[in-house]
Order: sequence, then structure tokens, then C-alpha cells
Amino acid sequence: MLKILKYSFYDLIRSRWSYVYFLFYLTLGFVLLFLNNDVSKAVITLMNVIIVLIPLIGTIFGVMYYYNSREFTELLLAQPIKRSSIFMGQYFGVAGSLTLSLVLGLGIPFVLYGLLRSNAIFDFSLLLVTGAFLTFIFVGLSFVIAISNENKIKGFGYAVLLWLFLAVVYDGLFLMSLIVFEEYPLDTFSLVATMLNPIDLSRILILLKLDISALLGYTGAIFKKFFGTDLGFLVSMAVLFLWTVLPILGLRHKAKRKDF
Amino acid sequence: MRTDTQHNAYMLVCILLVLTQTVMAKTWTVCTSCEHSSIKGTIERAEAHDTLLVQKGTYREYEILVDKPLYIKGIGYPIVDGEKKGEIFQVRSDHVTLDGLFIINVGVSYTKDNAAIRVIQSKDFLIQNMVLEQLFFGIYLEKSSHGKVYHNRIIGEAVDEYNSGNGIQLWYSSDIEVRKNHVQGTRDGIYLEFSDQITITGNTSMDNLRYGLHFMFSNHDVYTHNTFENNGAGVAVMFSKFITMKNNTFRKNWGTAAYGMLLKEINDAEISNNTFEENTIGINIEGSNRIDYTDNDFIGNGWAIRVIGACYTNTFKGNNFLYNSFDISYNSKLNDNIFESNYWSSYTGYDLDRNGIGDVPYRPVKLFSYVVNRTPETIVLLRSLFMDIIDFSERVSPVFTPDNLQDAQPLMKIRP
Repeated sequence: MLKILKYSFYDLIRSRWSYVYFLFYLTLGFVLLFLNNDVSKAVITLMNVIIVLIPLIGTIFGVMYYYNSREFTELLLAQPIKRSSIFMGQYFGVAGSLTLSLVLGLGIPFVLYGLLRSNAIFDFSLLLVTGAFLTFIFVGLSFVIAISNENKIKGFGYAVLLWLFLAVVYDGLFLMSLIVFEEYPLDTFSLVATMLNPIDLSRILILLKLDISALLGYTGAIFKKFFGTDLGFLVSMAVLFLWTVLPILGLRHKAKRKDF
Repeated sequence: MRTDTQHNAYMLVCILLVLTQTVMAKTWTVCTSCEHSSIKGTIERAEAHDTLLVQKGTYREYEILVDKPLYIKGIGYPIVDGEKKGEIFQVRSDHVTLDGLFIINVGVSYTKDNAAIRVIQSKDFLIQNMVLEQLFFGIYLEKSSHGKVYHNRIIGEAVDEYNSGNGIQLWYSSDIEVRKNHVQGTRDGIYLEFSDQITITGNTSMDNLRYGLHFMFSNHDVYTHNTFENNGAGVAVMFSKFITMKNNTFRKNWGTAAYGMLLKEINDAEISNNTFEENTIGINIEGSNRIDYTDNDFIGNGWAIRVIGACYTNTFKGNNFLYNSFDISYNSKLNDNIFESNYWSSYTGYDLDRNGIGDVPYRPVKLFSYVVNRTPETIVLLRSLFMDIIDFSERVSPVFTPDNLQDAQPLMKIRP
């Protein structure tokens, strides 16, 4: 597995897209800091970028890589290697190289602008950790979609739809259901519904640090316990981890049964 | 000539009178092992305008009545221990000065408002450098005037509202200066009821159960340069007129019903140069008219300003709104308030003619704040892409928010 991971990783590191991705974050980081000159405000803007763009890029990249390396995969399958290690290796290769681009691309400008001396360092590292989690989750999901669909167009379509659903549509449905059922106690429901979507979950995780004063404005014991103590942070982190593990298990399961 | 000599003679008599008085005024030393070992007993023996020097030690006394003009000074912070039996000092005379005492253990009662120091119908008093701990009510001024409460330290351990008292309470008092006091852990830090012409300056009020500073039916008062931190609500101003609030700092008043400042039925007030930082709600306004909000800084609050209803002809001018989750929240479609020349950190317009004023008006009310008012649980959708899209479309063509609620001249640069 490690060998395949290494091959995929180096293959991607040398590829043009990784550089584009890396340069994109590098410019974004520099431009944000140049325009704002205020690390804490840049963190807020970055949050919007991270929770929207990272899933999108993770999904597209994952699907694209899977379909492109199909021949290589078939070649590998002919060798006496375990199936799970082939797919795991590829998966970690893609997710790892994307995470590396993200961390370096955003990290370099922030470090140069004196992040280490500012007290926003914790918010910023939380942002990077969440970004890494999102990359792993969405690359995993896109691999599962690609492996279940032979047809490339279909695979792409489902992947983009998945992103659209989780990034926008889910929140719309969520909001509608909250308004329709506003007569009922909704605090447990709203927290659970947040947990069921990794994008919402990462958003809440970052909000816990940025907008805690607004989140505490609502009178509900469950909210108060969730947002007012460390419980919210721990639970969100745990669920986010679960979200990372689930697609990986799904991928292993699919890879085992698939007929090439 | 004759009138002059007469005048001089009169002056001389005056000076002599003053001199004799100072010579006559006696200084009593109170200490635990001296001839005068109790404060109460010495006060009974003392004449008007005498001085009592209370030496270091512990005095287990309560209900000490000061009924003549005296200067009572503690040397090295003597402890006056009320042993939770009742009120400790009661002042019923003009020209009384209390200085440098350490008062502890005021009796808690459910029928009487026991205070560490109560001043009743007196004028020209001075209470300074006192330390009050384990108290019920701290300094209670009742129908008194022209006094000064200066540089006291009041530290309570209030847990519940029903069995705790206020740090400094003014009731039917006027022309009093409250300066440089530190109040913490009481019910209301400073409480004013029916008190006019009060000046409150340079105080720190923190960790109080209810309000840092509380006005009720008190008019023409001024409070400046105070700090209110981590209270149930920073300052509550209710049913009062002509209050001036300047250069105060309101910080970290967090919680479900926590405000930096709560305004209810306030008219003709002036709120300027204050800083509201990281409060759940910066200012909560209800039924308040003709108020000028100028040059305030709202930084990182959940809601910078929340307008509940019936607020007319208020002016918001030259304020900085920086990184608040919501700048303004409104619950009606009517707007009669003016927003002008403020700096909004979330303003995205441009300034083509480079005059420092944005060319596109800014709409501070987000549609999302309406949604949150209606269904509070939706707060978990804060900063989501879906909400941003909806807010954007509402901003382009307002349907739910008052369409005249806008800052037509938003500043491009932050007001220094």
C-alpha cells in the first residue's frame, strides 16, 4: 500500500494540477493579507473559501484521478497485490497531495505575515485541520462514486450533484424544515441535522471560535451546553472523524466486490 | 473707610471662628487595646467635627450610627466585622467622611435591605477607600445629595438574585459623584432609582449577576469612562431621560439574554465614543426615541444593535461596525431612524470619485437576521453559503427588510 501511495503521491505532486491548486491558495493567502492586513478578518474570509471550495475541488479531483488512472489500476490489479491496498494507496495519495497543497499554500503567506506572533494562530490551525478533514472526506466520497459508476459522465455528474447538495441544497431544506416546524422544540433536531452534513459540521466547528457570541444568543439548554462548553468542539471533531472513516470503509467494501 | 474696617473685623472674626473650631475639634484614637476600644462608643462620646482614627485590628460591631459630622479614618485597613447580624454603618448627618475601613459580613435579610454603609437624608458626605466584602448591599444612599463615593472596592459573592444585594445603590438621591470604584460579584453593580444629576466616572463593574449599572426612573445623569465586563448585562437604562453615556467599555457580556447595553423607554440620550466588544448583543433598543449614537465602536459582537420596536428619530452617525455577526437586527418593516457615515466592515461597495464615501448605499439589515428573529434555532446556519446567497438577493432587491434602512454614505476607511 505504501508503495502505491508513494507512486500516486509523487505522480500527483509532479502534475500540473497540484501546482495550480497550490498556487491558487498561495495567491489567495497573499491577496487576502495584502488587502486586509488583519489576520483575524482574513480567517473569516478564508472560512467561506474553505467550506465551499475544498469540497468542490476534492470531489472533482478525486473523480478525475480515478478515471484517469484506470489503466494503471488495471495493470496493478493484474499483479499479486491486495485490492484494498491499491485503492487505499491511491486514495491517500490524492487526499494527501491536496492537503499538502492546502497547508503549504495557505501556511506560507500567513507565516510570512506574522501569524506566529498573532493570537489568531489557533483559529488558523483549526481552519487548516478542518480543511484537511474536508479534503479526505470528499476525495473519499468521490472515489466511492467513481468506483460505482463505469460511465465517466455519470460519475462526474453524481459527484458534482453531491457537492451541490451538501454545500447549498441541504442548508435550504434544513432552513425550510426549521421554519415549517418552528412550533416544535428544534434545538436537538438542528444540532443533529448539522452533524449529518460534513460541510455544516466544519462550519459550526469554525464558528465555535469566530462567532461564539452570536451562537450563545439563543435560549435553549441544549444549545447552551453544546456551544457554551467544550462539548461542542469535542463532539464535532469526533463526528468529523467518523465522516472521514465512513467513505474509506465504503471504498474498501466496493473495491472488494467490484468486477473489473 | 468705615465699611472697610467693619469688613476686615468681620473677616477676622470669621477666621478666628474657623481656627477655634479646628482647635476645638478633637482627635480620638480607637484601637482594640486602647481606652476607646469600640467605634460605636467613641462616636457617642465624640463632638461634631471630631476626627476618629481607627487603628488596625478587628472590631466586631454592627449598627454603628453616625449622627454627627465626623471624620472617621481607618489606619492600615481595620476590619469592621458585622458578624452577619445586620447593617454596619448608618450615616444620618451631613458632612460625614468615612475613609479606609475594611467592612465584612453584612447580615443577609429577606425583609430588610441591610447595607455595609447606609447614608440617610444627608448632604456633603464622602465615602472613600473602603473595602467591602461578604456583603448584602454595599453602599446604600437614601434621599441624600451632594456627596461623593470615591475609590471603593466592593467584592461580593452573589450566586442567586433573590438573596443578593446591589454594590452601590442610590435611591431618591441627587448631585452625587461616583468615581473610580470597583464593584464585582453583586446583583447590580451600581443601581440608580429616582436619582438625578448623578455623575458616574471611571468605575469598573464586572461579574455581576444582573447588570453592571442600572438606571430606573433617573434623569439627567452622566456616566463616562467606565468598564463593564462579563455581567448579566453591562448597563440597563430604563425609563429615564437625558442620560449621557460616553467613553465607556462594554466587554464580554455573554449569554442568552446578555447585552452590552439595554435601553428601554429612554428618550433624548447621547451615546458616544463607547466601545462594545464581544457581547452577545451590543445594544438592545426598545421604545427609545431621539437618541444620538455617534463615534462608537462595535467590535466582534453577535448582534451589534438589535432594535426591538417603537424606536423613532434615532441617529447613528460615525460609528465603526467591525466583524459583528449581525450589524443591525430589526423586527419591523418601518424605519424612522437615520444611519449615516458609519464604517461597516462588511461593506463591499466602491468609491470611484475617491472622496472617502462609498458610492453604493449599504444595507445593514440582513434577511437572515429576520429569519433568526422568527426561528432562533436557524442560528446554526450562520455564514452558510445558502444564507449568503439569500442575503445577497435580499440586498439587491429588498422585500422583507425596510427599503429605506440604509447608510447612503458609508465610509470607505475605518474612523480612527
